[in-house]
Amino acid sequence: MTTTAPSAVTEALEPQTPVVRVHVPKRSLASELRAIKIVWRRELIRYRSDRLRMVTTLVQPLLFLFVLGAGLQSIARFGTHGVSLKTFIYPGILCISVMFTAMFSAASIVWDREFGFLREMMVAPIRRSSIVVGKCLGGATVAGFQGLIVIALAGLVHVPYDPLLLLGIFLLQLALAFAITAFGVMIAVRIKQMQSFMGVMQMVVMPMFFISGALFPVAGLPAWLAVLNRLDPLTYAVDPMRRLVFNHLTISPAARRVLDPGVTWWSWHVPVLLEVGVIIALGLGMLGIAIWEFSTTE
Amino acid sequence: MLDRVTFGAGMASAEGNSRGGHGPAIEVRGLIKNFDEIQAVRGVDFEVAAGEVFGFLGPNGAGKTTTINMLCTLAHPTAGSARVAGHDVVRERDDVRRNIGLVFQDPTLDTYLSGAENLRMHAELYGVERRLVGPRMEQVLKMVGLWQRRDSPVGTYSGGMRRRLEIARGLMHSPRVLFLDEPTIGLDPQTRRSIWTYIRELKEREEITIFMTTHYMDEAEWCDRIAIMDHGEIVALDAPEALKAAIGTDRVTIHTDDNARAIAELSERFGVEARISEGAVVFGVPEGEAFVPRLFAELDIPIRAVSVSRPTLDDVFMSYTGTTIRDAEEDQAVNRSRQMMRVMHGGARR
Repeated sequence: MTTTAPSAVTEALEPQTPVVRVHVPKRSLASELRAIKIVWRRELIRYRSDRLRMVTTLVQPLLFLFVLGAGLQSIARFGTHGVSLKTFIYPGILCISVMFTAMFSAASIVWDREFGFLREMMVAPIRRSSIVVGKCLGGATVAGFQGLIVIALAGLVHVPYDPLLLLGIFLLQLALAFAITAFGVMIAVRIKQMQSFMGVMQMVVMPMFFISGALFPVAGLPAWLAVLNRLDPLTYAVDPMRRLVFNHLTISPAARRVLDPGVTWWSWHVPVLLEVGVIIALGLGMLGIAIWEFSTTE
Repeated sequence: MLDRVTFGAGMASAEGNSRGGHGPAIEVRGLIKNFDEIQAVRGVDFEVAAGEVFGFLGPNGAGKTTTINMLCTLAHPTAGSARVAGHDVVRERDDVRRNIGLVFQDPTLDTYLSGAENLRMHAELYGVERRLVGPRMEQVLKMVGLWQRRDSPVGTYSGGMRRRLEIARGLMHSPRVLFLDEPTIGLDPQTRRSIWTYIRELKEREEITIFMTTHYMDEAEWCDRIAIMDHGEIVALDAPEALKAAIGTDRVTIHTDDNARAIAELSERFGVEARISEGAVVFGVPEGEAFVPRLFAELDIPIRAVSVSRPTLDDVFMSYTGTTIRDAEEDQAVNRSRQMMRVMHGGARR
């Protein structure tokens, strides 16, 4: 509003900078990488400018951690062998805070479609896959940042600030964030409206979170729940996270056995590396589907 | 209000001026697009010379946007072929995309980013040489008068500023052909005029061909040549002056107390077919000034006012389609098919 049309006209008619002619090169790996980088950077710029989102996506995880953790402490005391309930659910919270943020990042594809910006990217002389890869990496980075905030709270729930532990948590979070963003993008590509995406998200995210074992040990579950739990991808992120955190706690072996039983497949203990592998493989698989879907729409 | 004289000087000289000259900028042969049952574009042929400002004129739903989408590689032609900047829109999609700039009818800016960030993003997506991004950005932003506001978020821009930023962005990678789909729709007359100033100036400064659609008749006057499109077909194609001259009649407008009777009498006594437009009786006759005295002498009903004017593009449109562009838009059938098209556009996949 500050620039009125007449002043704009005079400005336009003034003698001005010489014509700078540029050239658009043929598509190459370098140009695709550059496109990926700018799509990734845009996610970061948007995250930086959206402080409200940083706060809102933290509310739910922190509610679970501090309110549920403190509130249920008195009845859980006898089952946790002296370990604080907050400490027990902390690894799960590390996972879901990343998950929520990553899903929000994925939602930006729906948002971009609704507000037209997706079209600007779609008509550029680049591969569709570069857009998807850039989005997923951007979502993973943003979720990783968000994860750092929850990592910083470790001391409040009696988890030591051990550099190796923190690094391990961070890397696990990045892997999870990447997988979840890929999952979110895979869904978002097919959805045209923000409201529907939010609905789908609620329908998918909350069950995944509840079933994953973020809030309970995954041994001795009723059969139906055990099956669902083993099918839930988030299980394979929460379990290694918990193992990592518990490795650095000084607690009784009995408590460790009860609280961190580990995931089993037909009574076979799934190793941590395989669990991480499952997450990464799922992430790559969903990224592949997202790319394929994105290349075939419109 | 729309003072065309000030800016019209360069128009005639621009006629037929083909700079850049590597053959035509756009070549279209028998282009057809069907959406299921509906034929949106029914076989159009035309050529646009390099350096031309070419306008596509017609009511909403005439097939303008569908045609532009095919030329921009956003939609696959059902049949026919098109070459843009020397490349086939289907077989050489990326080469077409590297050489065209696009300004869509609907906004496609990131309102969270600043104007400069939007342009930088565009330059990165198109792989513009890094050392030229800054200077090029400065040039295009100054041209549209947004250089001072480059660091403000686009969310704080007015509608006209956003459209100007989109034009600047479309030019960031020095395209050979710039497509503008309804560049002035929904803008106030003053802003519309300033946008046209940029477009004309652009043509003077850059070696560029401009292809645009509009349903504002007065704006088509700014083009070197226009194609009138109706129901998916091109019904006329020439320079605006030539199209108006070809009509050979002047537009006479009379105000009477009984329009229906006036129309009946005009038909009976003079054999002219008149219609009602905005509460007045309008018809076309050769040498309109000479016709007025006869009109007063021979018409039985009293005439309250009369005016004679040279034909407008609206008359051209009328003479080819039998309806005014406004009536064509209000036509329910067109509206309905337009809605259907929109639904299908939304759901269409390729």
